[in-house]
Amino acid sequence: MIDSARSTRYNFAYLNEQTKKMIRRALLKAVAIPGYQVPFASREMPMPYGWGTGGVQVTASILEPHDVLKVIDQGADDTTNAVSIRNFFKKTANIKTTEITQEATVIQTRHRIPEHVLSENQILVYQVPIPEPLRFLEPRETETRKMHALEEYGLMHVKLYEDIAHHGHIATTYAYPVSVEGRYVMDPSPTPKFDNPKMNNMAALQLFGAGREMRIYAIPPYSQVTSLDFEDYPFEIQQWQEACALCGSQNSYLDEVIMDDKGERMFCCSDTDYCWRQQDEPGVAAQ
Amino acid sequence: MYVAVKGGEKAISNAHRLFNEKRRGRRDVAEISTDQIDEQLSFAVDRVMSEGSLYDRNLAALAIKQSRGDMIEAIFLIRACRTTLPRFGSSKPIETSNMRIERRISATYKDIPGGQILGPTFDYQHRLLDFSLEEISSPEPVDFTEETIDENIPRVLDLLNSEGLIEPASQEQGGPASPPDLTLEPMEFPASRALRLQSLARGDEGFLLSLGYSTQRGYARNHAFAGEIRIGSVAVELAPEELGFTIEIGEIEISECEMINQFTDSKSTPPQFTRGYELAFGQSERKVMSMALVDRALRAEELGEEKTAPAQDEEFVLSHCDNVKATGFVEHLKLPHYVDFQAELELVRKMRSHSPQIQEAAE
Repeated sequence: MIDSARSTRYNFAYLNEQTKKMIRRALLKAVAIPGYQVPFASREMPMPYGWGTGGVQVTASILEPHDVLKVIDQGADDTTNAVSIRNFFKKTANIKTTEITQEATVIQTRHRIPEHVLSENQILVYQVPIPEPLRFLEPRETETRKMHALEEYGLMHVKLYEDIAHHGHIATTYAYPVSVEGRYVMDPSPTPKFDNPKMNNMAALQLFGAGREMRIYAIPPYSQVTSLDFEDYPFEIQQWQEACALCGSQNSYLDEVIMDDKGERMFCCSDTDYCWRQQDEPGVAAQ
Repeated sequence: MYVAVKGGEKAISNAHRLFNEKRRGRRDVAEISTDQIDEQLSFAVDRVMSEGSLYDRNLAALAIKQSRGDMIEAIFLIRACRTTLPRFGSSKPIETSNMRIERRISATYKDIPGGQILGPTFDYQHRLLDFSLEEISSPEPVDFTEETIDENIPRVLDLLNSEGLIEPASQEQGGPASPPDLTLEPMEFPASRALRLQSLARGDEGFLLSLGYSTQRGYARNHAFAGEIRIGSVAVELAPEELGFTIEIGEIEISECEMINQFTDSKSTPPQFTRGYELAFGQSERKVMSMALVDRALRAEELGEEKTAPAQDEEFVLSHCDNVKATGFVEHLKLPHYVDFQAELELVRKMRSHSPQIQEAAE
């Protein structure tokens, strides 16, 4: 029987120090080999696999007591899972949290990169469901590791080419594969391709954690990140006819909201913090 | 207005309060105690300990109560708790030959040294609802002490092995001195047999049951016989470095299954039967039998068999047998995906605008 007092007293940021050390080693390796997926002994966390356990473990391993944490899901701070993860760290690490992008030192995210440009003293932690960009072309880990080792990315280019042959354009809209520092092809996690250009030359350190798949990877600050494309079919990002109905922004990623049962729609910023700031002072947060 | 969907924080806390209320149920019904779960739902406790990889009946019972009987949730609770526990050493390998036996059967011989011991089993019960259990009653306790069971009962497969009819229990060729631990090291393929067995022991009973069943129906058929199934208690021993000798730290109940499978013969060895093996916490008979079938199927490569079926595919089986991982990822589809969905929506609209069928219809 385990000491019942233990249940109320966890280590800072939940994980024990040996586990943090193991994860930090994996992180160091990941930073040293940008875009390479480092296997790590992912632990069971008190939230389910697929709900951000990789990101949570990375965040838990890098957090220091003076850090200020922001957690977003779909760009928003108040989506249920972001709330749950933020509360988890409030409880287990007793740190300051924020919704303001510039105030945060660590930002954990699912599916978006904040619209506001990130700085050198910030770390962006991505939650990753399937870290392997080649997975849906080749289901076997033994094969895909070989393909990465040999830099054999022909299959990916064939897939993109087939898209163009079938549809006249590349039909990948999120989790759009990138090449990091001209070596590893990497999955940016299911962020919309709209966010891909932000990864390139980003001042902040970008860390990626896939808990269920037990992989960590990273993009060091100011790394070259290019979205895969062809000379005659260059990479393009999503564009909207509309502006955000709440703040009027014309250069942010927009969510579509159905207003009534007649199909009436409005568009508004997916990045809620950016949207609030734009509403206060238009243009101030624009990139 | 969009703002209406905000307020996740309050919604979460209310949902959890409602959950707790539902768990307690009607107040005029007595609350179930963890002791009752441990004593009277012991197979559930066994399963949670087994797939949760933590031998602690009290915690398993608590997890079952907390999860309102959802087994995978209970297993998940135990796993999450296990993560935080410190390790203070590795036990010596348990010796199942010295098991204090509660049940022991073999399907390969009518009589065996030590005898067939049925023990507490569902087998040969007529599955008729026993309506007398609807009433709370206090049946007379039954005394089972009259018959004593031998301390050292020889293993059926050892008897076969003495004739050379079955391959010896494997010693991992060139493997590490201490067994791998998949909760401390990431799984890499190809995995050693020790790691495979460990992964199966944590795997979902239902998934492994179906995979084992598939081998019986021709998807990697390997002609299995239940050589021996043993259930009982074994001592767990530890040899702390500072002491320099072995001490017994407790006893655990386990189930062990040794399957005898189709024979092989090659240029180097005469024909002999092969083995499938598994072990699990508690009385988990169905699970160890299923796992032993899958273990044997997964040895296809080692035994030079053609790999044709899912049960033989190590990456497929080991990557998908963990129910905590599986349920997490399947259920994560409940999380908002509006950003990616928006991206797809935009693409489909764009593609439709170029679609000849739609342009025709508009004309």
